[in-house]
Amino acid sequence: MKVLVYPPNSMILSDLVERGGHESLALMREIGEHVRDAEIDAPPINITEEDLKRALRYVSVEEPAGLKGRIGLLAPLLEKAEASIILSDAPPTYGCMGCAVADEFFKFLIRKREIPTLEVRYEGGERTEEMVTEVMTFLAQLSKEEKK
Amino acid sequence: MTKVAQISCGTEYSGIQWMLNDIAERVGIELVYPEMELSKIGEACREIGFEAESPSLNIMMARAVSMLDDPAIKGALLLTCFKCSEGTIVKDMIRRFLHERTDMPVILYSNVEKPKEIELYSRLDALKTLITRKTLLMREKQEGVTMGVDSGSSTTKVVVMRDNEIIGKGWLPTTDPVKSADDAIEAALKEAGIERVDAVGVTGHGRELVGEHLRADLNLEEVSVVSKGAALLSKRHKGDATVIDMGGMNNKLILMRDGIANTFNLGGICAGSSGRFLEIAARRVDADITELGQLAMESKERYELQSYCMVFGIQALVVALASGVKREDVAAAACRSVATQVYDNQIHEMEMRPPIIFVGGVSLIEGVKREFENMLGVEIIVPPYSQYAGAVGMATLVSGV
Repeated sequence: MKVLVYPPNSMILSDLVERGGHESLALMREIGEHVRDAEIDAPPINITEEDLKRALRYVSVEEPAGLKGRIGLLAPLLEKAEASIILSDAPPTYGCMGCAVADEFFKFLIRKREIPTLEVRYEGGERTEEMVTEVMTFLAQLSKEEKK
Repeated sequence: MTKVAQISCGTEYSGIQWMLNDIAERVGIELVYPEMELSKIGEACREIGFEAESPSLNIMMARAVSMLDDPAIKGALLLTCFKCSEGTIVKDMIRRFLHERTDMPVILYSNVEKPKEIELYSRLDALKTLITRKTLLMREKQEGVTMGVDSGSSTTKVVVMRDNEIIGKGWLPTTDPVKSADDAIEAALKEAGIERVDAVGVTGHGRELVGEHLRADLNLEEVSVVSKGAALLSKRHKGDATVIDMGGMNNKLILMRDGIANTFNLGGICAGSSGRFLEIAARRVDADITELGQLAMESKERYELQSYCMVFGIQALVVALASGVKREDVAAAACRSVATQVYDNQIHEMEMRPPIIFVGGVSLIEGVKREFENMLGVEIIVPPYSQYAGAVGMATLVSGV
């Protein structure tokens, strides 16, 4: 299954998804596509007009530019997602969205898709193991459903 | 290349980084991004005294703290998205923090996804001047016989100065910038009773064209020059001050320290906050622009225009007159509309550091001065020759070249 991770640039979550036998949908991949696309002039330091236009399916024109850009960049991941894992309260080292409003709005868009979603809080320390177990159990469950 | 720190929360997501890089290169600025360890973010937030919800804004604060360790950085450009309230708060906090710790110039900009190139260019150009011409900008007195030409978008102003005194003036509407400058110079020299000067300096929108025509000894952008002129005219060379400069088509809000700008905010988005709006309003109330301010001072009843817009605001003004509102009340409403828009779009992004010095052509309209005083609760200084601030600043600066 294609599993969207949140924070969308979390290497740790992406790795867990891959280990769980699924395809992770992460921001790095989307940016990678921008980098490899010969028609885009100066990636990845600039989103494109197409990204901004894509964002307009989800946000209004009057939203701040950075919010539109972030949602525009993340929209393809959202549209491809068959399941998702949302990790909240993660430290910056886990990856971050950057903008709190874009952050909340993207989580809202994930929930609105009504795909199987695991919401888990990062608590750190000894609880990290429990968190990883929870993620792996969710991924195993997805595999079972996929086989059905 | 002059090193300037770009402190932002992700301009790459707004799609404008390429434009920033391009303009910076053209004006001779190297944009650098101060780095820091992730573990230092919390520490930096505590140092500034604020923790934002957005991780990137916290990183922005950490970059601001980190840039203080790099002596090669000579200025800062603070950017967040237009309409982001949290970004606006953080941007202002960082500006205050940097002004407490350094004397480097800092500029703020709220970006949209397609900013006008001229807006960014004029800001970076001014920042470059403030960094590279600092010694010249420290000048507090004009010496010898010099001439300052301010080729503005609406009017061309010229002053001839001798030993810190204005001895000749010229003020004409700008049509062909070169011809307008020549005519205003002729008037200024005639009044001064001289035929030539030691040096000529040029500023304003038409400075490139006019500067080349006059073979000017100095050609500088308006922010640094107008603030210098305001400091000289009001004799405020030491300490903090705020300059409001309103011309025919655009306006500037400049925070100064010791007579040198260290932060500024440029208008120019909407004609409703310009002198042009007042010109049209004056025509509608059947008054000359020079009489509008005095007419507004006679207002007894408060009337509000329902729009700042050059079209709909003027339409509201016409409707008010047709419905029997007195022309003096309408004149006051027009002055209030312009002052309120400057307040909403520019002043609210920065603190006001008294004294507040009001210059530019609009400063001669008493009604606008009164509205600013009512809004800000402080007395506004309109120095003599306030409309010549740019030209006076230029005449003074060129005497030091």
